[in-house]
Amino acid sequence: MKFLGLIRANLFRKKIRFILTIGSFAVALFLFGVLAVVRVAFSGGIDIAGADRLVVINRTSIIQPLPLAYADKIRRIPGVKEITYANWFGGVYQDERNFFPQFAMDVDNWRKVYPEFDIPEEQWQNYVKDRQGAIAGAATAKRFGWKVGDRIPIKGTFLGGVWEFNLDGIYHGTRQADDETQFWFQWKRYEEQVPAQYKGHVGWYTLKVEHPDDALRISKAIDTEFANSPFETHTDTEKQFAAGWVKQFGNIQFLIMAIGGVVFFTLLLVTGNTMAIAVRERTGELAVLKAVGYSDRFVLVFVLFESLLVALIGGALGLALAKLFTLGGDPTRGLLPFFFLPGKAILAGLGVTLAVGAASGIIPAVGAMRLRVVDALRRV
Amino acid sequence: MVRVDGSGGSNSLIQARGLGKTYSRGGEQINVLQALNLDVEAGEFVAFMGPSGSGKTTLLNLLGGLDVPSAGSITVAGDEITHMSRSRLTQWRARHVGFIFQMYNLIPVLTAFQNVELPLLLTSLSKAQRRKHVETALGVVGLSDRIHHFPRQLSGGQEQRVTIARAIVSDPTFLLCDEPTGDLDRKSADEIMELILRLVKEYKKTVLMVTHDPVVAARADMTLHLEKGVLVEADRLQTVSSGGMR
Repeated sequence: MKFLGLIRANLFRKKIRFILTIGSFAVALFLFGVLAVVRVAFSGGIDIAGADRLVVINRTSIIQPLPLAYADKIRRIPGVKEITYANWFGGVYQDERNFFPQFAMDVDNWRKVYPEFDIPEEQWQNYVKDRQGAIAGAATAKRFGWKVGDRIPIKGTFLGGVWEFNLDGIYHGTRQADDETQFWFQWKRYEEQVPAQYKGHVGWYTLKVEHPDDALRISKAIDTEFANSPFETHTDTEKQFAAGWVKQFGNIQFLIMAIGGVVFFTLLLVTGNTMAIAVRERTGELAVLKAVGYSDRFVLVFVLFESLLVALIGGALGLALAKLFTLGGDPTRGLLPFFFLPGKAILAGLGVTLAVGAASGIIPAVGAMRLRVVDALRRV
Repeated sequence: MVRVDGSGGSNSLIQARGLGKTYSRGGEQINVLQALNLDVEAGEFVAFMGPSGSGKTTLLNLLGGLDVPSAGSITVAGDEITHMSRSRLTQWRARHVGFIFQMYNLIPVLTAFQNVELPLLLTSLSKAQRRKHVETALGVVGLSDRIHHFPRQLSGGQEQRVTIARAIVSDPTFLLCDEPTGDLDRKSADEIMELILRLVKEYKKTVLMVTHDPVVAARADMTLHLEKGVLVEADRLQTVSSGGMR
């Protein structure tokens, strides 16, 4: 504590340089935070996808349907615990810019397969009884200011017409990365209202297996079961499915990460260099400290500590700004449902900050430690 | 009494025997100091003079434990410092040596108080005790009213006074002054010399000083001359110059 005055005086020695150095670190770590947000936005689905869930889609493409009758056949395959299904609705609310995913879903087994979505039991029971009912994710409800009991008109795009729903419930994800933008309505309502050619067909099945180790065997069993049929299947773990989805944006993600990464490291190099110069300028003063009795080790720790402190102040500021940036939620209004700065990224950011602080401080610190007083004083 | 012939007794505070310092420059060996002997008793004030490059500052650095000799030994208050490790030498310096530099070498971002307090931060003194010591030291050099001034707010003479306060605050065994008046005008130089003389007379400090200025050197108890790495007493300089010592 008694050295605090010495440390503080050195930190604020050149206020503008101090502010600019802190600022550089803050910008670099803000960028790091934003890159972490982008990474989560693109791959958050992969990270949280259940290892014990499989997704079955049409082998040709996800936009091709599968017969509803497959449900019973899949359920009979050993190792399958639960199965549910859904279809993409593709409607818009009021305006085409108001994009969010809507699914016609199977009320009987949905919650058994997706236990991570939390809905008050009373709301769920109301929904099950209400053929025109719907459940919205908390993020979507917040976005449009919906509350339970509201009447929600959704305009069908490829199915046409305006479909009106009673909002019976609002679900929340139990994990930070859970998607809270979905809008569910009953499969039976969908079946009643769609043209004949769509009836009896689902968009995809999601099933839960008894043991994740059996996932590969069950996937092969399903695809073999429906091989050479008019509706061949392609079964993947939910994680692989999510990864395949992300691949479509692969180049965009790569470009953002690559450009951001280069800028980030350039900033860090510049900042590190500035800090090294700041120490070199004080060679004479460090020599005086040694002359009056400060040890080599003290000088090493002193210089390194200062470097770490500057890095930490700037880094923490940048990460705090990145966190603030995500508090407003998804700026694309639904395209990036996983839009947050994960705690792990904050810790990683602080780790990077300390590593850069140490890396930029260690060379001048060791130089200061090895400094011979007589040589340094001769240079003054 | 100061001696340069190696005949000093065990009552010498500072004792150098056969002291040599050799530098290597571009493959060439340069002998800065050669088989030098010196005995200084407690409370003495010795000035070292000599042309540039004669080894004055090198001698001061060796006696202050800032550099290590190539040959010979140095004993201060019974401690042989020549073979001390770097860290032990650092601790020894903190306890026994007060440095006064020509360029003051104050930390510009610290106030006069904080600069003087620096050596005390390494001790186990409490904050209140440190404050008392610092105020006393600044009082001795006549800067009680400049405690919270930064070096840039002080004149050259005042800065050198702060340096002196920093040098005496931990009550070291002896003071080493390297051209303490070299960067000052005559009036300030006189004031600094008065102060150093006070430290010797009133506070019984042992002072070793390097200077180019004969007027300043004349204030010391004895002036020693360094010529080609060899120490000679002032009154024998004429003899050395005329070749009588060879």
